[in-house]
Amino acid sequence: MSVLILADHDLGQLSPSTARLVTAAQGLGDLHLLVAGQGASALAAAAHFAGVSKILVAEGPDALPTADSLRAALVALAPGYSHIIAASSSLGRDVIPGLAARLGVMPVTDVVEIVAPNRFVRPIYAGNAFEHLSSSEPLHILTVRTSVFTPAPLGAAVPVETLAPLAPGRVTTLRAERSAGDFPDLTSAAVVVSGGIAFGSVEKFAALGDLATALGGAVGATRAAVDAGYAPNDWQVGQTGKIVAPDLYIGIGVSGALQHLAGMQGAKRIVAINTDPEAPLVKVADYALIGDLVEIVPQLIAAFRKA
Amino acid sequence: MKILVTAKRVVDHAVRIRVRPDGTGVDKTNARMSMNPFDRHAVEAAVALKEAGRASEVVVLSIGPKAATDVILTALAMGADRGVLIETDAALETLAIARLLAKVVAEEQPDLVLLGKQAVDDDASHVGQMLAALLDWPQATFASALSVDGAALEVTREVDFGRLTQRLPLPAVVTADLRLNTPRNAALPMVMKARQKPLAVRAAAEFGVDLAPRLIIEKVTPPAERQQGPILQSVDELVARLRADLASIEGMT
Ligand SMILES: Cc1cc2nc3c(=O)[nH]c(=O)nc-3n(C[C@H](O)[C@H](O)[C@H](O)COP(=O)(O)OP(=O)(O)OC[C@H]3O[C@@H](n4cnc5c(N)ncnc54)[C@H](O)[C@@H]3O)c2cc1C
Ligand SMILES: Nc1ncnc2c1ncn2[C@@H]1O[C@H](COP(=O)(O)O)[C@@H](O)[C@H]1O
Repeated sequence: MSVLILADHDLGQLSPSTARLVTAAQGLGDLHLLVAGQGASALAAAAHFAGVSKILVAEGPDALPTADSLRAALVALAPGYSHIIAASSSLGRDVIPGLAARLGVMPVTDVVEIVAPNRFVRPIYAGNAFEHLSSSEPLHILTVRTSVFTPAPLGAAVPVETLAPLAPGRVTTLRAERSAGDFPDLTSAAVVVSGGIAFGSVEKFAALGDLATALGGAVGATRAAVDAGYAPNDWQVGQTGKIVAPDLYIGIGVSGALQHLAGMQGAKRIVAINTDPEAPLVKVADYALIGDLVEIVPQLIAAFRKA
Repeated sequence: MKILVTAKRVVDHAVRIRVRPDGTGVDKTNARMSMNPFDRHAVEAAVALKEAGRASEVVVLSIGPKAATDVILTALAMGADRGVLIETDAALETLAIARLLAKVVAEEQPDLVLLGKQAVDDDASHVGQMLAALLDWPQATFASALSVDGAALEVTREVDFGRLTQRLPLPAVVTADLRLNTPRNAALPMVMKARQKPLAVRAAAEFGVDLAPRLIIEKVTPPAERQQGPILQSVDELVARLRADLASIEGMT
């Protein structure tokens, strides 16, 4: 049987999670990659990942396919596949549960490990427990936490099959606002520097961006920092935000609430900078510095800024 | 406009749960239970629409054990008009929940169903999308702003790259994110009044929905424990450690 992978993209960019999805799906069967939405043909050109045997392209009326139009296309494609796999991104999370309901299948989402073609591991309770599930259904509909998988390399060109374009959905997009900032993708960055409410202002939080740039990393934020308007919503790390698994995570003025830990527990190394030695993030940090971020952050920027 | 809003009773978000040592599940004995935080935002949005004269009635629905009456009472105290409890002691999968909800929608005929974007116990984020698919209604997930304009909604959604503002016709399904609003704390008189509001209790079995689980939970395991490392003495020491870590990251790529 074949496996259908839904390529992840947004506003004309293939997201780095697509290459990781291909790795996650490796070994489940013959891999087909669906690129759907406006500009799909152009995106497909950059999606010849090693291990994929065929690319399916469905152009569409919307830059970002709406859940109802994408769902209809996936329902039509479903027969003939043993697995349909998407990233647990805002696109995958939007469309996959409805697709499963339409097909009468119970989906398994946020998968962090594929143990066997029908056995999966997923976190529950903000990552404080892991459910090991098995299913005897003929079709498995999954979303995967791509941050835990490595990206598949590009491979030789494979056949591209053009499908009928997506039908227009009933939802119309009025505005799409991409957060400003020239940082690497948060969910796939090797280094993430996160800041909390302790920064106290937008201006001070901006120093975190300078530090991230000096370290070649992405910027993350706590919910409190986002709520306060110091950082855009898509920088939020945690149960309700993004899941990151960098080699190095540096939390500055971040208490480490369990909902925040849910988003970064998978980091290889955790570093905490906090005035409070009892902060939960300090308790899980590989090393920590106790002190005031107002003094420490400028020193770090000076130390790491490339001359 | 009539609004149906859902509220799930879950282990309170501040409780740090423990996995049972035998791997059979999560130990919830004596854990404080409360309304799923996202659902408080959904209820607030529904009640605010009613207060603004945009909605005529707000019906709150919970599916769960008898004790889930508590979260319905909370929603009624916040300003919902009446409650429905679909009673079951079984831990239902999201697909079964969505199918029960679709039955209630068929009976109640709301113009808008407001749900939380995810329940903080299973962290699924399924039910709203499933319901929209079963009803074939348009959906707007992860809403951080919502306004009604005649027979259409304008919703701002929090997505991976930032924000997306979309327009969708009613009837529709919307799932609430935490930045949608600030849920009110019901004043004591409202809490007293909530007990007088209508609350229908129905058995899950009476809806003719297949409630049997599809997935087998083989075991539940705790996450790997992380050991606390050293507290460094100076910024210089921190810089040296970070340099070493960055060098090993570069070595890998
Ligand atoms: C349903 C739900 C979902 C949630 N989802 C998320 C989520 O996805 N992501 C998330 O992050 N949160 C989430 N939260 C919120 C979470 O519970 C915490 O409230 C939040 O993470 C705290 O943010 P913070 O660390 O910035 O603030 P605080 O907890 O207030 O911590 C500030 C920290 O800064 C330290 N500090 C203060 N001054 C200084 C200084 N000068 N120098 C250095 N350190 C200093 C303090 O010691 C403290 O540790 C969620 C909550 C709920 C209920
Ligand atoms: N048992 C339930 N009773 C009422 N509402 C529920 C129930 N389960 C899920 N929901 C609703 O669906 C949303 C998403 O839940 P989930 O898909 O389980 O993450 C929740 O925020 C609730 O609004």
